[in-house]
Amino acid sequence: MKILSKIYTTLLFLFLYAPILVLIVFSFNDTQTSSRTQFSGFTLRWYERLFEDRYILEALFNTLLIAVVSALCATVLGTLAAVGINRLKKLPRRVMMNITNFPMVNPEIVTGVSMMLLFVAATSMFGGKNLGMWTLIIAHITFCLPYVILSVLPKLRQMNPNLYEAAQDLGCPPVRAFFKVVLPEIMPGVITGMIMAFTLSIDDFVISYFTSGTTQTLPIYIYTMTRRRISPEINALSTVLFVCIMALLIVINVRQSKAEKEQNEKGGTE
Amino acid sequence: MRRILILALSAVLLLMAAVPAFAEETEAGDWDFSAEYPDAEPTGVTLNVYNWGEYISNGTEGSLDVNREFTRRTGIEVNYTTFDTNESLYSKLAGGGASYDVIIPSDYMISKMLQEDMLAELDFANIPNFQYIDEKFRDPNYDPGSRHSVPYTWGTVGVFYNTDYITETPTSWSILWDERYSGKILMFDNPRDAFAIAQFRLGFSLNTEDAGEWEQAAMLLKEQKPLVQGYYMDQIFDKMESGEAWLGPYYSGDARTLVEETDNIEFFVPEEGTNFFVDAMCVPKNAEHKTEAELYINYMCDPEIAGANMDFVGYATPETAAKAYISEELTESKIFYPDDELLEKTEIFVNLPTETAELLDTLWAEVKMGGPGESAVLVAIILGFLALYIAVIVWKKRKAKLESM
Repeated sequence: MKILSKIYTTLLFLFLYAPILVLIVFSFNDTQTSSRTQFSGFTLRWYERLFEDRYILEALFNTLLIAVVSALCATVLGTLAAVGINRLKKLPRRVMMNITNFPMVNPEIVTGVSMMLLFVAATSMFGGKNLGMWTLIIAHITFCLPYVILSVLPKLRQMNPNLYEAAQDLGCPPVRAFFKVVLPEIMPGVITGMIMAFTLSIDDFVISYFTSGTTQTLPIYIYTMTRRRISPEINALSTVLFVCIMALLIVINVRQSKAEKEQNEKGGTE
Repeated sequence: MRRILILALSAVLLLMAAVPAFAEETEAGDWDFSAEYPDAEPTGVTLNVYNWGEYISNGTEGSLDVNREFTRRTGIEVNYTTFDTNESLYSKLAGGGASYDVIIPSDYMISKMLQEDMLAELDFANIPNFQYIDEKFRDPNYDPGSRHSVPYTWGTVGVFYNTDYITETPTSWSILWDERYSGKILMFDNPRDAFAIAQFRLGFSLNTEDAGEWEQAAMLLKEQKPLVQGYYMDQIFDKMESGEAWLGPYYSGDARTLVEETDNIEFFVPEEGTNFFVDAMCVPKNAEHKTEAELYINYMCDPEIAGANMDFVGYATPETAAKAYISEELTESKIFYPDDELLEKTEIFVNLPTETAELLDTLWAEVKMGGPGESAVLVAIILGFLALYIAVIVWKKRKAKLESM
């Protein structure tokens, strides 16, 4: 039985990671024809080309910039919204939750097209001609918001509501009480929301496609390569991104487990 | 936790700052025109250029960075973005919210945009290099008089075949209907390209408005369907290389790499004639910087630049003068520059009238779906589910009624 479960786990991980593995292997493929099926030797050429190719790097820069800005804005707005929603009475809260959840269940293509129409109308009203970075950022904040709210709200509901009042009783002004008492309590939710917003923003294609104007993000750039076959530079880029994210996750996890251990030890000695 | 986050964010920001800096350090290759063309003062103008993906020399592996050189010479910045199909280019322009100065659509899309009055008439006083464009690319049927477009690249459609399995030397499109290779044949997943193959076999024009001819072509494609492994676009390349398929149509521009790098894959252009395509530079009506856009087009037509560009992109250039700057391997290749005799039998796509285009769409759907028979099955299945759903609702209502009594 134990063997069976091990086999199952291995298969599951294989299923999840085999595509990434293939992608990484083919980023080192020494091919002249950009082959995606035949491995013909090891090379670092695609990595070299990647760092020379300024259009890919520009697209990557745009994507990261949009992701950082929209994740930060969505987190701030979303956290504030969650605090407000948490304070509402039952019926208004339900109504509010439904309104905020709606963009999540709405098909992306509908969101994308409707935002494009709105932005086009708005820019032409103010005499502008092009959508671009700004419209992309606004669009990304919009579709990231509900995810942040959804990850912060449960933390607020778990929190003891008396804590905030107690802080005020002890003479803490409301704003400071929020930062000193409430925020640390809900921090894990806030951070999960921010990371989620960040990743969602990086890999969004549909909404960006419609709201991008003359700015190009990485997913759109990769998509436009399909006429002439996707270059292995993209494999190299994906590998770099994968390794970065992996390293980040490992660092976070190690730190967390260390902190937990320290807390446990402290608890043990007292 | 917060410290980690700040750390991570600053790492990301650092990476973003470092990456472009790193990129700029790389060498520009042998392309140094600074003696001939001194650095220009920045003009503060940014041109929005919209081209096909991977369709320009971008400075990697010692090639010329075409756009950067243009900026250096003229002081005009280039915001270069890419699209994947003529249709997405069209929808971007028609949808509003993006004003481009230079676009590079294909033949039939140019005629469509002309019909809809979306392209500006070019001022050829700003494009003296148009003189280098070969005679046969002037006055094309998609843009009579060549007043709105300047050719960028061109090519033809041919067929890949795997010599390990196909021992004869194919000369005709009919090999794609050969039952001996059943299950190893690929087709284009794009109505006009797929129908063009059938139309050449039947000897019809690609731009015919005769519904009967389109239907005959569709019949021929339906006949072929059982033999076809699948309908693909760029994956044809991979499937040929891996040996998964033995026969597949493809564009000449990208075919050469596969033929050169493998021993068993060859490419031929069928004797019945083939589709001849041109991608050309145009300026949309709503362009903000038309004069600068014409400067850009003129620069792209400079034989030296056109040569360096096509040497990297690997498509055929419409300028004989530019061939001097392209490696001989490319200019000697029959795949890129077929004989004039063959070129006489080619035909360019022109935009179809709405009625014909709609007929084509229905016919293509029929070919891919397997005819009205299969769509009838689909409708039957949907109706079946609907009936089941209604039955369940009625049954539940009745049950509720009975219980309440």
